[in-house]
This record gives sequence, structure tokens and C-alpha cells, in this order.
Amino acid sequence: MENLIALLVAAPLLGAAVLLCGGRRLDRAGHWIGTLFAAASFVVGVVLFVDMLGRGADDRTLHQKLFSWIPVEGFQADVAFQLDQLSMTFVLLITGVGTLIHIYSIGYMEHDERRRRFFGYLNLFLAAMLILVIADNYLLLYVGWEGVGLASYLLIGFWQHKPSAATAAKKAFLVNRVGDMGLSIAIMLMFTTFGTFAFGPAFEATGDTSEGKLTAIGLMLLLAACGKSAQVPLQSWLGDAMEGPTPVSALIHAATMVTAGVYLIVRSGAIFNAAPDAQLVVVIVGAVTLLFGAIVGCAKDDIKKALAGSTMSQIGYMILAAGLGPIGYVFAIMHLVTHGFFKAGLFLGAGSVMHGMNDEVDMRKYGGLRKFMPVTFVTFGLGYLAIIGFPGLSGFFSKDMIIEAAFAKGGTEGWILGCVTLLGAAITAFYMTRVMLLTFFGEKRWQPDAEGHEPHPHESPKSMTIPMIVLAFGSVFAGGFFSIGDRFMHWLEPVTGHDHGHAPVSATTVTAATMVVLVIGVAIAWTMYGRKPVPVVAPRGSLLTRAARRDLLQDDFNHVVLVRGGEHLTRSLVYVDHTLVDGVVNGTAASMGGLSGRLRKLQNGYARSYAVSMFGGAAVLIAATLLMRAV
Amino acid sequence: MSATAVHSLWTRAGEVTTAAPGDKFTAPTIEYAQLAPVLIVVGVAVLGILVEAFVPRRARYTTQVFLTVVALAAAFAAVVGLAAGGYAGEKAQIAAMGAVAVDGPTLFLQGTILLVSMVSVFTFAERRLDPAAHGNRVDSFAAQAGAVPGSDSEKAAVKAGFTTTEVFPLVLFSVAGMLVFPAANDLLTLFIALEVFSLPLYLLCAVARRKRLMSQEAAVKYFLLGAFSSAFLLFGIALLYGYAGTVSYAGIANVVDGTVQEIDPALASTMGNDALLLIGAAMILMGLLFKVGAVPFHMWTPDVYQGAPTPVTGFMAAATKVAAFGALLRLLYVVLPGLTWDLRPVMWGVAIVTMLGGAIVAITQTDIKRLLAYSSIAHAGFILAGVIAASPEGVSSVLFYLGVYSFVTVGAFAVVTLVRDAGGEATHLSKWAGLGRRSPLTAAVFAVFLLSFAGIPLTSGFSGKFAVFKAAADGGAGGLVVVGVISSAIAAFFYLRVIVLMFFSEPKADGPTVAVPSPLTMTTIAVGVAVTLVLGLAPQYFLDLASQAGVFVR
Repeated sequence: MENLIALLVAAPLLGAAVLLCGGRRLDRAGHWIGTLFAAASFVVGVVLFVDMLGRGADDRTLHQKLFSWIPVEGFQADVAFQLDQLSMTFVLLITGVGTLIHIYSIGYMEHDERRRRFFGYLNLFLAAMLILVIADNYLLLYVGWEGVGLASYLLIGFWQHKPSAATAAKKAFLVNRVGDMGLSIAIMLMFTTFGTFAFGPAFEATGDTSEGKLTAIGLMLLLAACGKSAQVPLQSWLGDAMEGPTPVSALIHAATMVTAGVYLIVRSGAIFNAAPDAQLVVVIVGAVTLLFGAIVGCAKDDIKKALAGSTMSQIGYMILAAGLGPIGYVFAIMHLVTHGFFKAGLFLGAGSVMHGMNDEVDMRKYGGLRKFMPVTFVTFGLGYLAIIGFPGLSGFFSKDMIIEAAFAKGGTEGWILGCVTLLGAAITAFYMTRVMLLTFFGEKRWQPDAEGHEPHPHESPKSMTIPMIVLAFGSVFAGGFFSIGDRFMHWLEPVTGHDHGHAPVSATTVTAATMVVLVIGVAIAWTMYGRKPVPVVAPRGSLLTRAARRDLLQDDFNHVVLVRGGEHLTRSLVYVDHTLVDGVVNGTAASMGGLSGRLRKLQNGYARSYAVSMFGGAAVLIAATLLMRAV
Repeated sequence: MSATAVHSLWTRAGEVTTAAPGDKFTAPTIEYAQLAPVLIVVGVAVLGILVEAFVPRRARYTTQVFLTVVALAAAFAAVVGLAAGGYAGEKAQIAAMGAVAVDGPTLFLQGTILLVSMVSVFTFAERRLDPAAHGNRVDSFAAQAGAVPGSDSEKAAVKAGFTTTEVFPLVLFSVAGMLVFPAANDLLTLFIALEVFSLPLYLLCAVARRKRLMSQEAAVKYFLLGAFSSAFLLFGIALLYGYAGTVSYAGIANVVDGTVQEIDPALASTMGNDALLLIGAAMILMGLLFKVGAVPFHMWTPDVYQGAPTPVTGFMAAATKVAAFGALLRLLYVVLPGLTWDLRPVMWGVAIVTMLGGAIVAITQTDIKRLLAYSSIAHAGFILAGVIAASPEGVSSVLFYLGVYSFVTVGAFAVVTLVRDAGGEATHLSKWAGLGRRSPLTAAVFAVFLLSFAGIPLTSGFSGKFAVFKAAADGGAGGLVVVGVISSAIAAFFYLRVIVLMFFSEPKADGPTVAVPSPLTMTTIAVGVAVTLVLGLAPQYFLDLASQAGVFVR
């Protein structure tokens, strides 16, 4: 059975190769080929899943070693896969949602003449993401990590004719490099500390390692996670990444790739468990990002950017949960999976809206769309209810668990984290209600564009609505399915471990509090956007609103601190290079040249001078030999 | 030298039979098979002289080239046969009554010398580079060596189509000396071998067809300074004889070790006197350092390399260095191992000034042949670093380096013969500007050689330098390695400068042209490139070969 694991990766990789190398003759069938390979990978995943369920909880991990990659004495890196419950969860999420989004893209990208290439990139992404989650060592994980970075870059910039898309792709790539640097440093540290990068041996070695080293490794892993998962301070790329086609935003920048950071931290749980300081930083990053993303999401009028803020915020929840240690690992992953369903559904819904609205993204120019797009409205609405944590739906269970776990951390820390997550839940309810109201309720606010074309909102084709419906099912039922009888916890516990912590307040109290803040959030949004008409041109807004519209000044901050600072640093380095380094180099060269010119004069062409030189040399040679004996 | 001394010369080596004066003179035993490589080369050289006397002028060139190449090939086959027969390993022995050692280093170096000589002879035989004079193809050598340059007699000789085919037997004699030089197992054989290979070289330097005066000046300088250094060497031999009472390597080594207590009555007053040993050793060292071109005995090198006909320069630069370093190794490892610690500081000093001196002075050179001469000085310094390692790895790394360096050198000088203008070879660097634009292939080949000289990875120069430096560092000469690396950095400058000049400068309007050579020179260059790349990419087989060959017989 373990021989099937490689097939998971091989199928989409082959698909990417066929589509990207096949040339124009595949243009007509490209999207079907891509979807077929994605579905094949999903089928393999399901087969492996069924097989895994057939085995006992402690006997579920499979290994497959393909070949020795870098066999150097003391430096052994294999291309080897490990499929355990954690990886399996990701495999199903990636291939399942991936396949749905492939199907959706068939309709969404119908009029794009580079559709074949788009599907090639999507397949490439799937292959890389699968390598990332089934690698059995950090070096191979890094391959997948870089692979998804590449795919993300290619897909954000897919419409490269738009300067904004090209810039956004570049930005995502650059910011991610910072995180990648963290991962590569972490891997180097692991090699020097543990002498291996393989998960098993490395985690076993944590017991004999000093906490300082583990903290350093943990912080570097966190830096990597921040880059890939758009966490503060490396969050700035995600909003711009919405320049990519909407299926990409749904698959890569909502459901799967951006959660790689959560995977990394949960996978490295053994390291973080032994490094409490690193865990504390993880929790802080999660808490800050949770609020940061939520606030940004409140102010955006661009539907995709509002959803991007939401993604950032929800991943903040997951990172926070992962930082809680064994109390939170299971819930981090559970929220990740349910979020994968409802956020992908929301993005696909947004894509459907844009599809019917001539690619308009400004929510202030929507309004009352529920009448024109009933399927989109219902599926989007279910996703909305799921994300705000409406009782019974997916988000209700998974988010509630995280809030409980935050309180269960105990002490002041627990109270602070609990309150932050509650506050986050309130803001989530606010901004998502705002999106819902602006888009589907109220009066129609769209106008003819500059060329006089008025949008004719219409429902999207079946290829787009069916994936939305499937995801809506997930949004509704996944959370309940996972939580009844703690199914998900028992499934994942052998890998991540679990600890109930000591909650200062009862679960019922937490749930009640969550409901209260939920109602408050929805109510505020209703007062602001439901009761009165929404202006088409955004009002000036408060200072906070204006800051949030500018992504809480993230780019201004980066510009002033990093870009300017970098420029100054570069200039001063160039100065040092020109004066000091070049000075030394040129000085050495000049002095060598001068010395050469002087020594050259000894070579005067007279045999007699040469003979004198030889005679002198011989004298010195003899004298020195004798002297050595005398000494 | 007294009769006793002479007698002991023959009997010290191997099993010592102390024969009293007045015994019957027994014929020496000669192991002809083991000496076959030398005998073949000498025999054909003598035959070559007879060819000069008896074969019609018209047929001489072909005959001589054929004989020379056959002789070198046959000798090489003999070397391979001996090596295959185990003489490089367990059957290594002292031959010819103690005069010649047939062992791993000998066979490795003889093989190298023979192959390098072979490709050098191809450049000697090249006749397509210069336009034909009076309907006769000409090579790099004067029509008549004895004619005064520019005189009527020379013009007559040119018109008559004379060529100096004597260069071929001369080369063979020289090669014969070189084959014996690293194999010499007593000091007199060493000296005779030195003279046998040096005298033909002096002559060969003088017979350039173009720039005859410069060529003759070079030859006279080389001869004078060579004689001067030979005198030192000979005097050192005398002192060592006074010290040890024998000229046999093993015999001297025994006295140095203190394992021989028997005192020759005639030498009782001097034997075992350490001052004699030290001064004698230093003087012999000097003679050998002169041949390898180590600072401060290097001053002949640039003048002679520049003045000699370029094929001769290539041959001299490659083969002489191999032979001289071979002799130096044997002297230090067989005769004076007990003296290693006394000589080491001196050798350190010589190696350092040689590496730095060669590299620094090369920076300001403007003539390609002088540049390569200084480059060869710097390389001598690098090889000395390996010699100083005083370990089996040191020996094998030096053997490997010599093999590597000699082929690249012959190849590089062969390329120099191709770049010509109206006055013959255009050796001034300014004329090489933009060569890469005009003749990309030639320039690229030369660039490969330069990169190898500079020790850039993936070329043989890197493998060689790495081996030598590693041996030196392991042998406790880390400081030398540091100096070596610094010198390499300096040297990289002038090698790369030539590449920049060739590829990134505008060609001059009156620049030189690249002559299209015959397959002979092409073979030489192709072999050089092949060796550079093969030993750069996959050196292991040859490193193993060198390390198997790295044990001296005593």
C-alpha cells in the first residue's frame, strides 16, 4: 500500500509536465487533462485513507523511500515520504478541494486563452503542496515549500499583462523569501543540532537538546510559517495576491498553501513543546494577526481583499491554537480543514459574483444580488454562517474549540488569549455580515461602466456552481461530523498528542460568550449596512477605518522601515565597499604592481648579474643550512 | 679520485662486497631490459646522427621525424612493459651496478617525459606555420645553425632549402639524459645525466629561424649560467664524497643515518664531518633548483624561454622540470632523509620566494613567452611545496602535478606558435587583444590552458594544485599552503588578464593572424586540452596511479 504514496505526487506532476510541455495542441483538452490528474490524485488519497482506517490507531503511519537523494557521510537526505494521520488530513483536503477548484476553473477560465497553462500551474501547485505535506524530512519538505512558492508566484502573476498582478506576484515572492530564509536556517540548525533532518530521529533527539537551541530552531520555523501563512510581520503580500484569478485565491491563498505554516508548526510540535519561549512567540503572532486581519477585513470594499483579511485572521486563530501546544494542535488542524471548506466556498462565491458582474470587485457597486444569483447566494450564505460560527455549522465547532483551548491555557495568559479570540469572533461576525449585506442585500448599486456597458448579473454555469454546492456541504456538516464523539481528536491524537488543559471557565460559558459576541457583531453590522442605504462612494471614515483601508499601514511601515532602511544600508555598504574594500583591493593590486615593476628591474638581461644572484642565493642557502644545524 | 674510491663507487650499492685493490676487474652486470627505455632513445639518437651523415638531405626530415617518434613510442612501450612487469612496485630494483634505480617514481616520470617529448616533437616537426621560402617548407629552426644571421651564407642556405634536422637527434639525446636524471642512483650518474640533457638544450636554444640574435643570446646565457650551476653541483658532489666516502645514494644515506661505522682510511680525516655534508647538500640542491627554475636561481628562465624557438621552450619548460623535480625528490627522499629537518627551513624559504616572486613579477610582463616563464617559476614554487611535505602523499602529489603541468605547458606554447604576424610569432601581449573575436577556437583553447595554470576547478591545474597543497598541509607545511594560495590569487590576475585581453578587447587592425597548423601541432594542442579536462574532471585514476608509483627503492 505504501507504494501508492508516490502516486499522489506523481499524478499532478505528470499533469503539469504534460500541460506545460505539451504546447498549443493541448489547448482544447488542457483543462480536462489537468482536472483528470487532480482527481486521480484524490482517488489515490481516498484509497490510502480507507486503507489507513482499516488499521489500528498506532499502526497507521506508512513510509515510502524512493531513493537516496544526497548520500554523503554524515549528511543523509532521502527522497522519502511519510503518510500519517496529519499528512492524510492534508492530502484529502488538498486533493479534494483542489479537484473541486479545478472543476470550477473550467468554467471560470473559459474565455482565457492561456487556460491550459493555468491548469498546468494548478497541477504543479498540487504536486508541490503534496510533497510538502508527505515529506518525511525537512529537506524534502523544503522542496515542496519552495515549489508551492513558485506555483503561487506564477498564479498570482498569471495575468501578467496587468502591472498590478506582476507587482503583486513579485511582492509575494520577495516577502516569502524572508520566510524561506527562516526555514533554511532552521534546517541548518537542525542538522548541526540533531545531525539529521528526518522527522522521526530529529524529534527523538529533542530530549537531549538544550532549550536555547530548540528555541532558536522554533523561532526560525515560525519565521517560515509567518511568510507562507501571511502572519504579522510578513503578512503584507496576501492582500495583493488577490490579483490572481479567483480559483487561485480560493485554493492557494485561502484553503491550502497559506495553511502550510500551521502544518509546519504542528508537525514540529516536538520541538515547540520543548521550547516554551518559542511557543509564546507563536501565540503572540497568532493573536496579533487574528486581530490585524479582522480589522483590515472590516474596512475593505474589494470583496476579495475583505476575504483575504478574513483568511489572515482565521489563520491567526490556527497559529494561535498551534502555539498553545498539545492543548491546541488538534483544533488548529480541525479549524484548518473546516476553514478550507468554507473559505474556499466563499472565494468561489466571490468569483461567481465577479463572473456575473463583469469582474467588478467593489462591493459598494453590488447590492441585492440574491435575486440574480440564487445558488451563489445560498452557498455563500452557508459559508458565511459557517465562518461566523453560527451554531451547528462547521465554524461554530472548530472556532469554539480554539476559544476554549485559549482559555484552557490557564493563568493570565489564558484570559488574555481567550478575550482576544472572543474579540476576534465579534469582529469576524461584523465584517462577514458586512460583506453579506453589501453584496446580496439592499438596493442594486451597479452602474454602467465608462464604455456604457451595464452589468447583467446572472448565475454562473454548472461547472462553477457544483463545486460551490459541494463545499457548502462541507461548510455545514464537517464541523459537526468532526466534533461528535471527538472523532477528529481521536484521529489525530496519535500524531500530535492532546492535552485538555485546565479551563478556568466551563465550555458552556465559553460557548454562551461566543454567541453573545456573535450577536453583537452581526447587530452592529446590520445597523451600519442593513438599515440604511450604502453610499456607492466610500465615506471618509474614521482614522482607524482609513488606516485599515491601507492595510493598517503595513506597506507604509515596510516602506519606511525596510525599503528606506534597506536603501540607506545599501548606500552605506556601497560606500564602504567603494572606499574601504575597493581601497584595500586596489591598494593591494597597486602595491603588487609596484613591487612587480621594481623586482622586474632585477631582471636586467646581463648574465653577470644573474650569476651574482645565483652566487648570492647559493651563499644564503649554505649559510642558512649551517645556521639551522647550529641552532 | 683514487682507485679505491672508484671501486667503492661500484660496489657500495646493493649487496656490498668489499673487494680489496688488486682483485681482478669483473665486468659490470647491466640489466638491459630495465634500462631499455634509455637505451632505445640513445640508440636511435646515434642512428639519427648517422642519418644526418648518410641519408640524402631531401629524405632527412621525414626519416628523422619518423625515427624520433618511433623511438619515443618504443621507449614508452618499454616503460609501460616494465611497469606492468611489476618494476614500479614489488620488483623495483637498483640496476646497472647501483647507478640507476628502476622503481615507481622512475617509471612514472620516464613515462611522463616520453609522452611530453612526443607531443613536443610534433611541434618541432611543424612546417605549415610560416610561408614556404623558395618553394621549401620551413620549420621553427634556422636553415643552417652555423651561418651568421642575415649573412649571404644564410641566404644561400635558405635558398638551397637546408633545414636543421639535427634538432631531432639532439632532442633524443636530451630526452635520454632526462630519462636517466630522475633514475640516477649515484651522484656521478646524476651529474652525467644532467650534462647529457643540458648540452643539447643549449644548442637547441640557439637555432631559432627568426630572431636569431635573441635566440643565440639566450643560448649563451643558458650555457654560461648552466655551467656555473653545474660547477656548484659538482663541487657539492665532491664534498659529499668527502663526507661519505662514496657517491652512491644508499651509501651516503647510510653514513647520514650513522649505520656505517667503517671508515675509509684515505678519507678518515673528513668522513662524517657534518659541515661537509651540509655544504655539499646545499650545493647539490642549488644545482637542481637551478634546473627547476626556483628563485633566486631562476633568472635565466625568462630570457631563455623568450629567446629559444618556441617548440624548444615548450619542450624545455615541460620535460626539464619533470626530470629535475624527479631528481630532487630522489635526492631528498633517498639520500638525505636524515637531513630533512635541517634542509626544511631553507626549502621553505626557497618555496615561498619562488611562489611569490614568480607570481608578482609576472604581473608586469608584456610578452606572452616571458609571462609563461614567470608562470613556470611560480609553478615550480607550488611543486616545491609538495616536495617539502616529506611524505608518500607529497611524492605522489608532485608526480601528479608534474604530469598535469607538463602537458598544459607544451599545449600553451604550441598555441603561442600559431599566433603570428609578418615578423613571425606575435608574442607581445598587446597583439593578442581581441584574439577571441577573430579566432574564437584558438583563444578558447588558450583560455582553457590559462585557467588550468590558474588552478580553476574542473581543470587539471586545480586537481594538481589541490593534491600538492593537501599533501603540504598534511605534512605540517600549512604556512606554505597559505602563501601558495595567496600566490595563486596573484597569479590568477595575470592569467585572467590575458583572457580578458583576448575576449573583451577590441581587435587591432594590424593584429596577428592565427596560422592553420598541420595535424602535428593540432595533436599537441588537443592532447593538452584532453589532459586538462580529463584530469580536471576525473583525476582519481591518475592520482591512484601516482600514489602507487610514489615509493622509492633504496
